[in-house]
Amino acid sequence: MPTAPLPASPRDLHGASPAAGPAPSAAPLATLRGLTVDFDIGERYVRALHGVDLTIARGETLGVVGESGCGKSITWLAALGLLGPGARVGGSAVFDGQELIGMRPRGLDRLRGGRIALIFQDPASALNPVQRIGRQIGESLALHRGLRGRAARDEARRLLDRVGIANAAQRLDEYPHELSGGMNQRVMIAMALAGEPDLLIADEPTTALDATIQAQILDLLRDLQAESGMALALISHDLGVIADMADRVAVMYSGRVIEEAPAGRLFAAPAHPYARGLLAALPDIEGPKRRLETIPGSVPPPHALPPGCAFAARCPHVDGVCETAPPPLRPVPGAPARRAACARLEALVRPPEPAPVLQRQEQRA
Amino acid sequence: MVSYALSRIGRAAITLLLIVTAAFVILRLTGDPAIIILGPDAPPAAYEAFRRNWGLDEPILVQYLAYFGAVAEGDLGRSMRDGRDAIEVVGERIPLTLALTLPALAFNLALGLGAGVAAALNRNSWIDRAIMAVSVMGFTVPSFVMGLTLSLIFAVKLRWLPAGGAESWEHAILPVVTMGLIGAAIIARFTRSAMLEVLGQPYIRTASAKGVPWRRVILGHALPNAAIPTLTIIGFMVGSLVAGAVVVESIFSWPGVGRLLVSAVANRDLAVVQTILLLIGFTMVLANLAVDLAYGWIDPRLRAGRAAPAK
Ligand SMILES: Nc1ncnc2c1ncn2[C@@H]1O[C@H](COP(=O)(O)OP(=O)(O)OP(=O)(O)O)[C@@H](O)[C@H]1O
Ligand code: SF4
Ligand SMILES: [Mg+2]
Repeated sequence: MPTAPLPASPRDLHGASPAAGPAPSAAPLATLRGLTVDFDIGERYVRALHGVDLTIARGETLGVVGESGCGKSITWLAALGLLGPGARVGGSAVFDGQELIGMRPRGLDRLRGGRIALIFQDPASALNPVQRIGRQIGESLALHRGLRGRAARDEARRLLDRVGIANAAQRLDEYPHELSGGMNQRVMIAMALAGEPDLLIADEPTTALDATIQAQILDLLRDLQAESGMALALISHDLGVIADMADRVAVMYSGRVIEEAPAGRLFAAPAHPYARGLLAALPDIEGPKRRLETIPGSVPPPHALPPGCAFAARCPHVDGVCETAPPPLRPVPGAPARRAACARLEALVRPPEPAPVLQRQEQRA
Repeated sequence: MVSYALSRIGRAAITLLLIVTAAFVILRLTGDPAIIILGPDAPPAAYEAFRRNWGLDEPILVQYLAYFGAVAEGDLGRSMRDGRDAIEVVGERIPLTLALTLPALAFNLALGLGAGVAAALNRNSWIDRAIMAVSVMGFTVPSFVMGLTLSLIFAVKLRWLPAGGAESWEHAILPVVTMGLIGAAIIARFTRSAMLEVLGQPYIRTASAKGVPWRRVILGHALPNAAIPTLTIIGFMVGSLVAGAVVVESIFSWPGVGRLLVSAVANRDLAVVQTILLLIGFTMVLANLAVDLAYGWIDPRLRAGRAAPAK
């Protein structure tokens, strides 16, 4: 019998990280472990998410970046059971001590829109076109706070006020098509706030909006977070948005997290070749915002992944060792708070040099 | 909403005007009633007397204006067969036709909407496949084939039901089932695709994401939106309440408006044919108007004068 060395389990990696403290109050709010998603494509299943490990602490902002199709959205939809019957979800997603994967619908319905809220990319189509705004917010208030009638209406008006909608009382009786995209996103945020969430998952909340509105919505999210202490999982294509908002960043590629680090450190010195490529394409954080399409080549589709590192075909550092098995996410040598999934980390990461890091951070400040 | 409703009503009025005109034009273009009624060998004086009697000797424009004035007054002329008022001749057949088409419509809607929603909610399962297989059959088999087949099985072979006539309610079963199955097949297909389209919309995911239980997502969010495209086909079915039974009435010798139409056309009984055409046109226009008003009631985007959502 060949005795292959066992891969380090996610728990070991996690235990090695200083972020996981022993006190219960320091336990993360949400923990994804080995989360997988397989889609039923007729005759067989195709794996679109290959074991995602992520944590979010209370009040923290986790930025999630990556090219289109890398699994940013389905990670959170899977955790909340929102992918529908065509998807098979494996692994674990624990929210405040409760396992979400396999949870009964009743329990999930209580959490969704309550302690965990979601907002989506295209606010105009994310609201029901045939229901008035007030009724849609009222539905959340009834489900999660037991408010009805007058009380629900007053609270809905207060929420619209809070998210910066003028004429809140009048807007309650309007339909989504009567509001602009930015307004509709504010309505979505108000609806999310209706359940007083501990975690808000914002899936590209500003991608469909123009630049000024985008900045306003991000400011609003920051204010609300400061006010309520909710944690924020912010999904975005836009590195500028992530740099602006996130405490910690997870970079995804082809259904995996390939690097995870505190935002400042990631932007100063990315470890994974893909993250380096992304940041190299970003000239200056304060400069014009760029999309992630700038690395040559394209993401392999989920049904045609190579046996080894999914980035190999585009990676300037590719080597024989990369092509045997997908490299696991592991601590970056010399920087235990950071993790990256690259077989050649040791060769690529030089011992930490604090000076340039400080310089870049000063530039940002 | 008021201007939306007014524009729809105006459009319906114009359509009615066109129908009245078309009924006139088509019938005058398709042959000389004098020859058909009196036969080709009648003496010329008889033809002339007949034409004078029915106003067929006037210039066509005069005939048209006279006809128009009469229609506006509710006078649709007399049957050339027995001289009775055409409205009376047609009117006495309407209840018989409705006795078939109303139950068939109820059957349609109950079975079609239910099956369509069930198929969509169980997409790609055996339930969906079975419903769609039956639906495709109902869709593609012409109604006379369906009617004759049912008649062959249940009337001729099994002798459970009468094959034709209108003596008892049992005589209505086969024609109602024939029309009901075909209508249900059509409605089921429309409902299924409308429902699937809606279930894929982001606002359905939003409803789930805000903790609405799945049953209520379907009832409260999906169905009202899926109703919008489904209304079109339902309106079409309501519009065919009078005209929809021509084939089936003929197969099952049911003395309704449809059969009257067939015989009146064969006999060139102008006034009766015209009356039936107008009746059919009016029902369709009114059903359409009702659908349009219902759209405005369900879909706030239409009320605001925006384009209809892609179906
Ligand atoms: N219902 C589905 N059936 C099959 N495959 C799916 C389904 N939903 C998503 N996928 C696949 O899963 C992968 C990840 O999708 P996901 O929506 O999470 O990407 P994303 O990172 O959010 O991209 P974007 O930036 O475009 O939103 C994609 O390759 C996509 O094709
Ligand atoms: S494992 Fe190899 S191919 Fe993949 S990112 Fe690292 S160096 Fe590049
Ligand atoms: Mg996405």
